[in-house]
Amino acid sequence: MTAPVLSFRDVWVEYGDKIVLEKVELDVAPGAFVSIVGPSGAGKSTFLRLITGQETPTRGRVLLDGEPLSPEPGPERGVVFQRYSVFPHLTVIDNVVFGLDCAGSPIAGRLFGAKRRAAVEQAEALLAQVGLTHSLRAYPAQLSGGMQQRLAIAQALIRRPRILLLDEPFGALDPGIRLDMHALITDLWRDHGLTILMVTHDIKEAFKLGDRVLAFDKRRHDPQAPHRFGSTAVYDFALTEKTRAVPKEMEGLLPRGETAA
Amino acid sequence: MRRLLNVRPSRGGRFFLGFFPLAAVAVFYVVASGARHAANNSDKLLPTPGAIWAAIERMAFTVDPLKGAIPLVVDTAASMERLLLGMGIATAATLIIGLVIGLLPLVRAGLGPLVAAIAVVPPIALLPILFIAMGLGEASKIALIVVGIAPFMIRDLASHVAAIPEEQMVKAQSLGGSTWQIALRVALPQAMPRLLKCFRLSLGPAWVFLISAEAIASDVGLGYRIFLVRRYLAMDVIIPYVIWIALLAVAMDLIVLWISKRFFPWAHSARES
Repeated sequence: MTAPVLSFRDVWVEYGDKIVLEKVELDVAPGAFVSIVGPSGAGKSTFLRLITGQETPTRGRVLLDGEPLSPEPGPERGVVFQRYSVFPHLTVIDNVVFGLDCAGSPIAGRLFGAKRRAAVEQAEALLAQVGLTHSLRAYPAQLSGGMQQRLAIAQALIRRPRILLLDEPFGALDPGIRLDMHALITDLWRDHGLTILMVTHDIKEAFKLGDRVLAFDKRRHDPQAPHRFGSTAVYDFALTEKTRAVPKEMEGLLPRGETAA
Repeated sequence: MRRLLNVRPSRGGRFFLGFFPLAAVAVFYVVASGARHAANNSDKLLPTPGAIWAAIERMAFTVDPLKGAIPLVVDTAASMERLLLGMGIATAATLIIGLVIGLLPLVRAGLGPLVAAIAVVPPIALLPILFIAMGLGEASKIALIVVGIAPFMIRDLASHVAAIPEEQMVKAQSLGGSTWQIALRVALPQAMPRLLKCFRLSLGPAWVFLISAEAIASDVGLGYRIFLVRRYLAMDVIIPYVIWIALLAVAMDLIVLWISKRFFPWAHSARES
């Protein structure tokens, strides 16, 4: 087996006496597409925030390529949120060039001349892949929700991150648009050899897109003190083409007001 | 029948609806003034349009032989210089301090309480301190405007910057942005239209502080003039001066709005323009 990109070693997250995540022990192989599902409050978002660096483990270690993860967001971890992922004051092209500006211009914060032209070319190529060639000069507010998410994905890929984190990226989109986005993200995953971790509420989406599905929930439940037990990955499915269907044991997993559809 | 709250005026209708109250006030004034002059021809409280026009000619188009200048011009120049200097200093301070307070939790913890404390002091109460510390010259008048509006502007801008969604900040960092790059490329441009809006909202209070300072200690300026001629009940001068001040305020407001729309089109929705 190749060395994992991302490893969790006995990771706990606690707020005061409330335990959110307990004993998370995971390895993510390079090139994996990991879907993360689970009921609300099961620590999916906390898990993702650990990787983005918005959260630090109370105990345990998170390793990126074997090295301890930097405790703040960085360019090796690209991220797409459900909303507010793009900069409203920048045009489509500038939203994508921003990452290259940051990399190449520490003082002015923007590239000029030949470097700028090279960066724009690179951004245009990426925007062409997500189908935004005709909206380069538009502002995000002029784009539909699906186009904004396409932009957010292109923006996240420009720095060639080791892993791409998706936090319910398609949750706010219409069903039809969502199907288009599924095709897009699958293509990008294959073409760029990305390692993706995606949190989703949509269990069908999780099994359709991922090649591995993690289900977060509490392993134990204390009715007297429910906050004293944290969640962890209670199911870990490796998917092949034959096992794409949602397995039986998963159907009962989202009981608290969550629907699988 | 449509609900009243859904009835919107057309373009022409809006113009008429806006014009009508203004015209009504003018007509009411002319009628009231005529009535008072019918009773007492030397009435000073509501001068006739003719008397007002004579005062305008005297103040705005005639060189005052004692001073060798047109009174309205020197008053306007002096007042505008104070107002623009005061607002300029307040705006520049707001941009730097407000941005830093909004962006950096460390600075917010340090400066936030100070700004909040200054903001609750009525600025006019500080005027004696300013007069004592800075003398009765231009500096204390400009300082009053700055002290009067800057705390409000700083707090507003800081809360606006602090309210930039966390997702955007994480995204910027995940694209490799440093604190400086994010301040420059993410926070500053998003703060600018808000700063201009703050500027427009602060124009009203700034005029209040300017006129107050000029009324108390000055020898030139729009506020000085109207408080000077008040002693002679010279309503024929006061009324055009007040209208002139209103026109200046509206013009400044529209200019700043134009700047905001011109340079920050993304901050103005299509419906607004």
